[in-house]
Amino acid sequence: MTAPPPTITLTDIRKTFGTLNVLKGISLTAHEGEVISIIGASGSGKSTLLRCIPLLEVPDSGTIAIGGEVVRMKTRAGHPVPADTAQVNRLRASFGFVFQNFNLWAHMTVLQNIIEAPVHVQRRPRAEAVAEAEALLEKVGLADKRGAYPAQLSGGQQQRVAIARALAMRPRALLFDEPTSALDPELVGEVLRVIAGLASEGRTMLIVTHEMAFAADVSTRAIFLHDGQIEEQGPPAQVFNTPQSDRTRAFIARHLNRHST
Amino acid sequence: MDTTFLLDTLGQLLSGLPLTLELAGISITAGMVLATALALLRTGPRPGAWFVRGYVYVLRGTPLLLQIFLIYYGLGQFDWVRHSLLWPFLRQPYWCAILALTLNTAAYGSEIIRGGLQAVPAGAVEAGRAAGMSRRLLYRRIVLPLALRQALPAYSNEMISMIKATSLASIVTMMELSGIAYAIISETYRALEVFLCAGAIYLTLTFLLSRAVAFAEAWLNPHLRAGTP
Repeated sequence: MTAPPPTITLTDIRKTFGTLNVLKGISLTAHEGEVISIIGASGSGKSTLLRCIPLLEVPDSGTIAIGGEVVRMKTRAGHPVPADTAQVNRLRASFGFVFQNFNLWAHMTVLQNIIEAPVHVQRRPRAEAVAEAEALLEKVGLADKRGAYPAQLSGGQQQRVAIARALAMRPRALLFDEPTSALDPELVGEVLRVIAGLASEGRTMLIVTHEMAFAADVSTRAIFLHDGQIEEQGPPAQVFNTPQSDRTRAFIARHLNRHST
Repeated sequence: MDTTFLLDTLGQLLSGLPLTLELAGISITAGMVLATALALLRTGPRPGAWFVRGYVYVLRGTPLLLQIFLIYYGLGQFDWVRHSLLWPFLRQPYWCAILALTLNTAAYGSEIIRGGLQAVPAGAVEAGRAAGMSRRLLYRRIVLPLALRQALPAYSNEMISMIKATSLASIVTMMELSGIAYAIISETYRALEVFLCAGAIYLTLTFLLSRAVAFAEAWLNPHLRAGTP
């Protein structure tokens, strides 16, 4: 018996925006069932790193493998681009991505938002997609909102719909990009509860977040990014309570203070 | 007030209404399709974008009347046009008028739709990409539906302009509303009554169109109606 390939393998990922060196060679492996929280100061590269996984950002160098399948790259006009857009689209559809600003489609109802990609990208039967969407809405506590439009929902409700939309992809992993950063403080709890519920189901998840207490609580591994590199990683108990690095310690202390007041 | 004359005039003018509606309906519809294509080209890579810029510059910068003349009288001067498969159409003033109206409205329309395309939220596009949508699917399901909804209010102005612009087709012998109005006046010399009648019909048409667009807007944009969160 050989172990199944890791869900996500990033090897020496580098990325610059113009002269800004955002990712300076990051390697990261996520196995099935892991809940990895990625923390770090603004500008440390954590969102960019997460966005590289489904190729929403194309790294300048390094390799990305999803379930053991390497994303093929080529060079065009001196820049690396995916060699096979069909491969990229197929791999993207195997993730569920949750954005900071929800990014629901404003012209579609809640239900239409959820079944859109399952029906049109994954080509599953509509009836099946609808039934699954209704179950997912139940799960995120919005069964009565299936006919509502995003503009009629609060931020917290929109983000829960976005989570249901991500789950409808039957994803191999869920990727959360600061899912509560755009929310009013009183709406953060409802979203974090849904995410915590998903973590306890054993789903594979990567969460970029500023919610330290939440990250410490739900994750199986925490990664602290500093200046485009992994400064420290390990079990959350270690990273949050007994950090090895001075920078991690300073960051955690700063954040705990800010949130406890 | 000569009501008999007014009613008689109205009746004659209304016989030109179907042609006016045809000219407007076909050129608005075909123009919108062309405008969408031009707007997509315009927001795309360079050669296409430059072509559309030139196209818009020329068609927006010259009078529609001139464009109708050029197509109706000008095209026939080229041998290859007269020997082309399109000649059976291009020799008819009807198709020349429709062609000129379509090309003209497409120039204005493409700029309106370009505005709609640029107003599509980047996040909506990103969510589509993240869901694995191909470029084609993304445009069909997300970008164009959002852009056209955004463009519709401004586009209704262009549609109203087109209804009025059909009156220029009379200059190439089309007996639509205005053409008939000129004919009645040249017989009766009663310009005031005839133009008032014609004006009333145009006013009714544009009123109905603007109501229709308002309904379409409300129907397409339930997400913009006030709702309870």
